[in-house]
Amino acid sequence: MTRGLGSLSRVMILGFVRDRTAMFFTILFPLMFLVLFGGLFKDSGLSKSEVLQIGPVAMFDQMPAADRADIGQIVTLIKVDDREKALDQVRKGDYAAAVEQQGGNVVLHYAAADVVRSGIVRGLLESMVQTSNLAAAGVSTPAFTLDAEPVEDRSLKTIQYVTPGILGWAIAVGATFGAAMTLVTWRQKKILRRLRLSPVPTSSIVGARVAVSLLVALVQMALFVGIASLPYFGLKLSNYWWMAIPLVVSATLAFMSIGLLAGSWAKSPEAASAIANLIVLPMAFLSGSFFPLDNAPGWLKNVSEVFPLKHLNEALLGVMVRGEGPGSAMPAIGILLGFAIVVGTIASFLFRWDDV
Amino acid sequence: MTLAIAVAGLHKSYGEVHAVDGATFEVQQGEFFGILGPNGAGKTTTLEILEGLREADSGEVSVLGSSPWPRKPELMKRIGVQLQASSFFERLTAREQIRLFASLYGIGPARADELLDLVGMTEKAHTRTEKLSGGQAQRLSIACALVHDPDLVFLDEPTSGLDPQARRNLWDLLRDINGQGHTVVLTTHHLDEAEILCDRVAIMDHGKILALGPPATLVRGLEAPTRISIESGSVSEVDAQALADPDLEVTDDGISLTIATRTPAKVLAALAERNAMRGLSVRGATLEDVFLSLTGREFRE
Ligand SMILES: Nc1ncnc2c1ncn2[C@@H]1O[C@H](COP(=O)(O)OP(=O)(O)OP(=O)(O)O)[C@@H](O)[C@H]1O
Ligand SMILES: [Mg+2]
Repeated sequence: MTRGLGSLSRVMILGFVRDRTAMFFTILFPLMFLVLFGGLFKDSGLSKSEVLQIGPVAMFDQMPAADRADIGQIVTLIKVDDREKALDQVRKGDYAAAVEQQGGNVVLHYAAADVVRSGIVRGLLESMVQTSNLAAAGVSTPAFTLDAEPVEDRSLKTIQYVTPGILGWAIAVGATFGAAMTLVTWRQKKILRRLRLSPVPTSSIVGARVAVSLLVALVQMALFVGIASLPYFGLKLSNYWWMAIPLVVSATLAFMSIGLLAGSWAKSPEAASAIANLIVLPMAFLSGSFFPLDNAPGWLKNVSEVFPLKHLNEALLGVMVRGEGPGSAMPAIGILLGFAIVVGTIASFLFRWDDV
Repeated sequence: MTLAIAVAGLHKSYGEVHAVDGATFEVQQGEFFGILGPNGAGKTTTLEILEGLREADSGEVSVLGSSPWPRKPELMKRIGVQLQASSFFERLTAREQIRLFASLYGIGPARADELLDLVGMTEKAHTRTEKLSGGQAQRLSIACALVHDPDLVFLDEPTSGLDPQARRNLWDLLRDINGQGHTVVLTTHHLDEAEILCDRVAIMDHGKILALGPPATLVRGLEAPTRISIESGSVSEVDAQALADPDLEVTDDGISLTIATRTPAKVLAALAERNAMRGLSVRGATLEDVFLSLTGREFRE
């Protein structure tokens, strides 16, 4: 069942590497976007050195002026009264943290994703609480304790947000176009017909294409994550980043099924490329590859649910930068594989060996 | 002798077009068989059915003892096919191309290189197939069809686009292959080629086989006249008419005077007597005349 698998994979890789257009659009072009977004808005994630103080907080209010100046070098305290609004602002990443006093507890609300900044704020508050406790007449039972509590995090640094989205888009382009173009040009150039005249089974042809597409996707992932992790861009991968591998694999299969559908339907490479573009580009926009969909209207968010890229992007963001556990990616993997099976089956019904 | 191919009552239509309309023929193992016919005669369609690329509408087909439809990988190992339009993987060199085809049949690269040499393409081994000339691509495509030493070879117009030298080289190659016991089936527009190469030919038109047999037998069966040409003005037209058979014409296009006759020896002797042999050429009947007499049309419209 695997006769010719190796040699066919080899010629596909050769064909891809020697195809400058394909290399450009699957590797270089998305990489340019990554560098552009990651570099251009590099510092936009850092303007959050301010901490909101919600209502009265004894520890701050009773602070001597000298101490206040000391702290001012690290954080700016802004007094506000609207608790909900304050928490929301932290959530959006506009401020590093919010502090409030609940009885004897000082509660710190911070965004977990901005590890560096929340760490600073936390360390600072913790030491302040210690000091205050000691200052409170040296009693053994502390007057105040600090409860650190992360709020739901939408305050990712730009590169953290951009990398999964652009990577998802690049994988979508690579897998969709790879499958569509191979199918159409091989059919048009009578290569499929020629292969049918050899003892090579269909499974080897399909298998070689899948293997090469997976390889391309994993190379894209290594390249994008590698570049985003350079100190200049500063991507920090979280513990379960490796869950991105099964995600990328199942997404590649889903995108390939789109490509096979386009390639089975289209009669010429130009038509196949147009159809693939018509699907991939809107999909990338509606899946939040270039900018978050948070502010999009609800119906648009609902529409975006049909796109495999949307599920890939969200799950990648979760496991690569938000530090979500491996289990969080499972629903997305299920959806992607289901999509691949359904669309792949439809494509197999439309499949033709020959133009006529 | 065993049969390499047996076809009976083959039909294949594309909508209204009867591409193959009741073809019946057999090819012996080791035979060199030609299918001749003008454009659209149904040659390629017939080959495609034999190769297992298309299903016949009706009729019996047996290739090397089994039915080619549905496709059987085991049968594919025993046949070699050169398609009418060459089909190469994109962005590969000639050598990568033939080595790939060899590997699909489990054949090593050494044999692939050997065949590249056999068709005179070693010089172009490192050229991308997109950059080969039409004739070079044709030669590579034939080499790819032969790389696994198939028992039965199908060649669809193998010499189209080749220069006279390459054509002759290919004829030698095909004769060698056939000499080694491989069965060869080719289609061609060149009647001379069929006469030179083929043990037997089938003349096909509008999907039907009009005549079947060794070229010499077909030509002889025709009892067509021989055409003797000499330089215009060597003899008067009246003289020439007297030499020719009464029912056959004499033509003079201002360059050559052509006399058609069924008794060439008598005419040649008479011309020699008159010392009117300048620019002499004698052309016997060919398959072209066979086609003309079968269809009432010139082979090339
Ligand atoms: N796939 C197809 N769909 C529809 N009609 C076809 C198809 N292939 C061939 N035909 C028609 O069938 C007839 C026979 O075609 P075929 O290709 O067998 O001719 P051929 O003898 O090989 O001609 P040529 O010498 O030009 O190669 C033609 O009238 C052609 O138009
Ligand atoms: Mg043909």
